[in-house]
Amino acid sequence: MTSLSPSESLSQQEASEAHEHHGDFRMFGLATFLVADGMTFAGFFAAYLTFRAVNPLPSGATYELEMVLPTINTLLLLISSFTFHRAGAAMKRNQRALGQRWLLISAALGFAFLAGQMKEYFELPFGLTDNLFASTFYAITGFHGLHVTLGGLMILIVWWQCREGGRVSQDNLFPLEAAELYWHFVDGIWVVLYGILYLL
Amino acid sequence: MRIPPAILTLITGMALVLLGLWIGQNVNLLPVDASANAPVYDELFKVLFSIGTILFVGIVGLIVYSLVKFRRKPGETGDGEAVEGNLPLEILWTAIPAVVVLFVGIYSYDIYDRMGGMAPLNDHSMHAMGGEMEESRTWGGISPVSLESDGAAAPLPIDVTAMQFAFIFHYPDAEITSGELHVPMGQPVALHMKANDVIHAFWVPEFRLKQDVIPGQPTLLSFTATRPGRYPIVCAELCGPYHGGMRSTVIVDEPETFEAWVNQNSPIANAAPQTPVQS
Amino acid sequence: MTISLTPEHSTPLQPQGWLRYLSFSTDHKVIGLQYLVCGFIFYLIGGALAGAIRTELLTPISDFLPRETYNEVLTLHGTVMIFLWIVPVVNGAFGNYLIPFYVGARDMAFPRLNAVAFWLIPPAGLLLISSYFIASAAQSGWTAYPPLSITTPATGQIIWILSVLLLGGSSIFGGINFIATILKLRRPGLKLMQLPMYCWAMLGTSILVVLSTPVLAGTLVLLSFDIIAHTGFFNPSLGGNAVVYQHLFWFYSHPAVYIMVLPAFGLVSEILPIHCRKPLFGYTTMVYSIMGIVFLGLIVWAHHMFTSGTPPWMRLFFTIATSFIAVPTGIKFFNWLATMWGGRIALNSAMLFSCGFIINFVFGGITGVALAQVPFDIHVHDTYFVVAHFHYIVYGGTVFVIFASIYHWYPKVTGRLLNEDLGRLHFLLTFVGFNLCFAPQHWLGLNGMPRRVAEYDPQFELINQLSSVGALLMAISTLPFLLNVVLSAFNGAPAGDNPWNALTPEWLTSSPPPVENWKGEAPLVTEPYGYGTPAGELPLAATSGSELWKLGNSDQRS
Repeated sequence: MTSLSPSESLSQQEASEAHEHHGDFRMFGLATFLVADGMTFAGFFAAYLTFRAVNPLPSGATYELEMVLPTINTLLLLISSFTFHRAGAAMKRNQRALGQRWLLISAALGFAFLAGQMKEYFELPFGLTDNLFASTFYAITGFHGLHVTLGGLMILIVWWQCREGGRVSQDNLFPLEAAELYWHFVDGIWVVLYGILYLL
Repeated sequence: MRIPPAILTLITGMALVLLGLWIGQNVNLLPVDASANAPVYDELFKVLFSIGTILFVGIVGLIVYSLVKFRRKPGETGDGEAVEGNLPLEILWTAIPAVVVLFVGIYSYDIYDRMGGMAPLNDHSMHAMGGEMEESRTWGGISPVSLESDGAAAPLPIDVTAMQFAFIFHYPDAEITSGELHVPMGQPVALHMKANDVIHAFWVPEFRLKQDVIPGQPTLLSFTATRPGRYPIVCAELCGPYHGGMRSTVIVDEPETFEAWVNQNSPIANAAPQTPVQS
Repeated sequence: MTISLTPEHSTPLQPQGWLRYLSFSTDHKVIGLQYLVCGFIFYLIGGALAGAIRTELLTPISDFLPRETYNEVLTLHGTVMIFLWIVPVVNGAFGNYLIPFYVGARDMAFPRLNAVAFWLIPPAGLLLISSYFIASAAQSGWTAYPPLSITTPATGQIIWILSVLLLGGSSIFGGINFIATILKLRRPGLKLMQLPMYCWAMLGTSILVVLSTPVLAGTLVLLSFDIIAHTGFFNPSLGGNAVVYQHLFWFYSHPAVYIMVLPAFGLVSEILPIHCRKPLFGYTTMVYSIMGIVFLGLIVWAHHMFTSGTPPWMRLFFTIATSFIAVPTGIKFFNWLATMWGGRIALNSAMLFSCGFIINFVFGGITGVALAQVPFDIHVHDTYFVVAHFHYIVYGGTVFVIFASIYHWYPKVTGRLLNEDLGRLHFLLTFVGFNLCFAPQHWLGLNGMPRRVAEYDPQFELINQLSSVGALLMAISTLPFLLNVVLSAFNGAPAGDNPWNALTPEWLTSSPPPVENWKGEAPLVTEPYGYGTPAGELPLAATSGSELWKLGNSDQRS
């Protein structure tokens, strides 16, 4: 705890500085937030599975989806998680240039994923309001795509802060670790999504 | 001679249980029963009321007693006794509620079964679904089951359409469409219900039965009326500004009166002399 | 205001004094009070809406408000009371104020996130209230069932959805903060099983918040798609399923009732031992009960849907699971009664409201076990019986605890005691008014009055008028309370550091506490309920003969 003589009282500023002297629990907080975020997806998946079990599609509609592009997308995301991990390892060893390179690759893979998703959207035979499966498909993949977009932007911000003189360093890895955890989460959600929407 | 606290507790407990049972037998808070399952429901109500009375009076009694007996006297500064727990006691008041709750659950399952709630919804032979039903699947409700388990009488099918803000009743066999529900006493009735716009609910308090009427999901409500009279049908799901005014009436007739009503109103009966309604 | 929280060394850029309460302060005590005052303002707004409802119900016909307006009023009443009053106050107000004290910390784990969480509330609340004046507010009830919520005017419903999404987000941020603070910020030497019970209650509540609120968020997003983009998730005419909405909605909204009630349980566990001068009975089982309620609370949602189109086996499962929640809940009530038993009870306003809570909540819990039984519920679902039940739980339960807590902690926060005569008057008016308003509603539901109506069968007129008189008494009861809170801030007797001679860490510092909570190290309190004289040490003068007699027979210290 902070070492003050008992007769002093602190100003607000001093109090908040004293506050820093406990451990850094921001990753724990982020992990809890990701549990909450995961539950949003869980609600969507539950809705999808219930609709699938209980509501028949109109005649002519199908659950079949084109598989090549999504499978490539899956691989892109999985690889990007790996490259992100390498970026973290590099920054831990204070190899900024190497770390930045891995980060850019991760971001590129992420945006390639998004581009692939856009292509898939264009080529799909159904629109948002065509039927229940279509609506749920766009809702879930769209919500996930939103997360990928945010994650990609965060990677770019972290990339910028990994430059010489930037905020991210061997001693302050939190922004990178946080972005990495978030990215692994987004990847994990996609794997579940791929299984439920595409494979099932 | 001082009565040991254990004996006092036992006597108080017994008095409480007797009070609960007596109140349960004599409570009369429900409307008149007009369907075969209503007395079954009322039985459950009495049991729940008894248990609730025992618990509530007991706990209020304990609080009032504590507030009187253990009141801090003016100027008193000491603490009470440092009792932090009592495992046997805690086990007791975990076990007893668990047993009571389990009993209530199993008992109410039995009641629900006797009401027909557990009967499968989709594989009984339902004739006369009517051309208005797009899907033949029933999504929820209560199947017809004869409480006398003679199984002989086939239920009278009636199509119910709920819309903002009225119930329309259609008798497929007799081709009658009416704003009021006429049913014969003593014969099982099966309401096939659908909604046109938003969720409504069909509720007859005197029957103790309620079923949501959901657009896109036909539901089924079955009952046997047992007491002649006119009873309100109340919409019990918020359906818009006139939800409070969405009411109708169910008229329970003696079988002969019912037949007369059917004969009077049915285009089939009036077109050719034949028995319009299968019983 | 004589609340002097001005620190000795002031930085010119930070707001000082009462202005801090209007600023983006990261001090958990400031934020806690912001939640409390903001929440209470919304309580008054929600209460005014209730007043409108009870005025309409004085007569059996719809003659006070236009019908759509009445539906807007009842929708806003529920939404405001749940999301802007109860959830923020029992979680955000008391949680933020007390938890850092209890874990021995200077502040919450994430003070800035804390401030963000609070500042989401006033705009979301203003947005919601303003919808009533700008367009028409949502009018499909706080449950917003489709297709009704898709067919009523869209603007109000979308504003409602946005507001609830913001409020849900606020709640989630708070939950993250509480979990991190309780699990990670305990001062050295303080074990989990030495924490005051309110910490356990908030831990359990926050787990529920984090797991269930996001599902509501997702559901409302889908609902908004149905309204704006004409998708058909819950719209049967477009191939969707209205009952799936109900499942998703209630997956959050049932845990929501525990989010509203568990913190109240925790607060009562703090108040009773102090004013009864006895340890909290059965600490370990109380902790397990909380966890039992948390677990069971997540798997019982469909008891709100017994008359929807759910299959019979599903209804049976939910009946059994719901009934079982009564067991851990009952354990807590018996433990509180055992805490009172044999104590030295000071019947002040905090105790009065706590006892009122126990009486009201037991009543509500009994009707709850009844409602859990499918055949019973079929008759009373969506009637005034349910309205009565949940008001006994949230008002008779949680709101009574909020008042008890204010009487209990006001001296700590302000340094002054509240006036006891006004407190007793407040209790009397509230207890009588509340029971007069809601007890008769059980009978109304059993005999045929549905809920969410402006017109009803004329046979119910007298009982409805009785209920409205009760509501009027409840409205009047706020007056002595507000008078007390405001006047005592200026004229109340000085409270000193520890007017109740309590043991928990917030009482071991000045009233009001300094910015850093304690001058010097945070105290290590390993026995927060260490009240009570050991059996062998009861003073002769103060004991009764039966106690002395028992002394020779047993020593019950564990």
